[in-house]
Amino acid sequence: MSENLNYFRQNRLPHIWCPGCGHGTVTGALTRALAKLGIDKNNVVVVSGIGCSSRAPGYLDFDTLHTAHGRALAFATGIKLSKPSLKVIVLTGDGDCTAIGGNHFIHAARRNIDITTIVMNNSIYGMTSGQYSPMTPTGMLGTTAPYGNVERPFDFVKLAIASGATFVGRSTTYHVQLLGDLIEKALLHKGFSVVESIGGCPTYYGRKNKIGGAVEMFEWQKDNAVNIKAAAAMPKEKLDGKFLIGEFHNEEAPEFTSQYIELIEKVQRKFDDFKGGVRECAQNSD
Amino acid sequence: MPEAKLMQGNEACTLGAIAAGLNFYAGYPITPSTEIAEMCSEELPKIGGRFIQMEDEIGSAAAIIGASLTGRKSMTATSGPGFSLMQELIGYASMTEVPIVIVNVQRVGPSTGMPTSLAQGDVMQARWGSHGDHPVVVLAPGNVGECYELTIKAFNISEELRVPVILLSDEVIGHMREKVILPEAGSIKISKRKEPDSPSSYVPYRADPDGGVPLMAPFGKGYRWHVTGLSHDETGFPTNKGEVAGALIKRLMRKVEKAEPLIRDYATESVEDCDILVVAFGSSAMSATSAVRQARAKGIKAGLFRPKTIWPFPEEPLKEIISRTKRVIVPEMNTGQIVYEVERIAAGKATVEKLSKVNCELFFPEEILEAITGGQK
Repeated sequence: MSENLNYFRQNRLPHIWCPGCGHGTVTGALTRALAKLGIDKNNVVVVSGIGCSSRAPGYLDFDTLHTAHGRALAFATGIKLSKPSLKVIVLTGDGDCTAIGGNHFIHAARRNIDITTIVMNNSIYGMTSGQYSPMTPTGMLGTTAPYGNVERPFDFVKLAIASGATFVGRSTTYHVQLLGDLIEKALLHKGFSVVESIGGCPTYYGRKNKIGGAVEMFEWQKDNAVNIKAAAAMPKEKLDGKFLIGEFHNEEAPEFTSQYIELIEKVQRKFDDFKGGVRECAQNSD
Repeated sequence: MPEAKLMQGNEACTLGAIAAGLNFYAGYPITPSTEIAEMCSEELPKIGGRFIQMEDEIGSAAAIIGASLTGRKSMTATSGPGFSLMQELIGYASMTEVPIVIVNVQRVGPSTGMPTSLAQGDVMQARWGSHGDHPVVVLAPGNVGECYELTIKAFNISEELRVPVILLSDEVIGHMREKVILPEAGSIKISKRKEPDSPSSYVPYRADPDGGVPLMAPFGKGYRWHVTGLSHDETGFPTNKGEVAGALIKRLMRKVEKAEPLIRDYATESVEDCDILVVAFGSSAMSATSAVRQARAKGIKAGLFRPKTIWPFPEEPLKEIISRTKRVIVPEMNTGQIVYEVERIAAGKATVEKLSKVNCELFFPEEILEAITGGQK
């Protein structure tokens, strides 16, 4: 077995995910990327919200925090700002991140805080058994969209870039190599990095929409994903009904916690005659 | 020699927090609490602490819990609408036993109400605002000096018991300026959560089932433990066993119940021989104090009981005083909240009279005096 097993709490396995679910594929890709980079597992905190994808941290051998629905990034912000030396990773789902957690997502992106967010997008609320999410395509069925979803979904990559994320990639659970490469780049990126992984939920999304089982859902990913580099050379009509995968955005920009630490140094220089303590209070430096 | 200073309640609260070891603040602007955020944004960088203005109050509560998990002493401050938004995560902090301090400078509600006016309508919300049985401790300062003292106490209780502690201030206490003599830094008792010695054999939630407090490891020190708001066993991982989940709830609740005699805090005035007892907290207690003194000057045997720990309520001392009293008057700036706790404690031993005021201005002492003199003899 590969060295990424070292990053699992093997006594917590097997996991709760259904056969054919993509979440295990993403979790595997993440651990392989961490192993490849040789990241010290005592220096990693993995934070999640609520939902199927958010159960992943329980299986991972780091300091792990399973928070409230939608709030993972806000908890992660507190952790990262407290201790910028920690590698902070957020594992979340389409509903957790873009519905109830949408506000925290855009603001974490805007701050460009050094957190890697991996969104496991299966187009459905799986944990509550198949309701439509903000990333369910228009017309598709969910238990709360029995006549077809009339809403328009987010294009998550565009949302992330527009909000200020400085590394943005998308893959599928079929394109595992690309997924691993993107996660690796995201982990190395200094700033707010986002990887969307499109995966299947055969139990609810597949069955409700009569797409078929796990194999058919993987085939759908294979047939409909087009790499952004290949797409650049393709005629527009050939891209109809397809979606793009690959690295969409990668820029350098000031990172929030570094900027804050700089601010502290600046303020402390300004008050260099400051003798420990505000107005005679004890000093609480870390 | 400590010198006297003129300061506002919110300012005293911030200074108390810093004296207690505050080094992480996350918040969202809201009247009448904003001065606390403003002052933290200015003071915390000077001591290497952290300040962040979050996107909302839910995010603020989340960020301070995250910060506390790394070992920092963390706080947020808010008022009515923001306090409502924080409720889910107050329950999360109770369930996961992460120490945090939340200041709620009460204002008029419900909803947006009157942001710059006085009310004390969040007494029950502070205790039971989050869903499910959960432990919290609520402290109510009755003057500016107590904003300082009780904020320190809030941090100490939070660290010792690993519970969220709410400082239930109000618009008058928060904005009023008074002369305060702050204690010297060395004379202040500061508590810190108990940490395990080493990661080997660390069982994150192992504690005496009778209200024990487990040891808390900071994130990033090699303990690699799991925190979840799901019902969990002593390892911290989720459980589906009803008896394990039930034992956890009992331990969490018992933790505060057991500590009550130690954290109990209240003040009394002229209660040794009183026939009429006034029970009041926060800004209402200032008017009540004056009313009791005026009554005494008229030869009426009035006394004052002023709880500073609101939840858990200082039941035993109040019960003892009520046993020697004929009437109990409970003035509060709401339609009646703490009065029901007092009625429960009185248990028919004395008549308990509700004195409500919800017109957004502080009680005049005369209004309480009238209740003292105008009632049955």
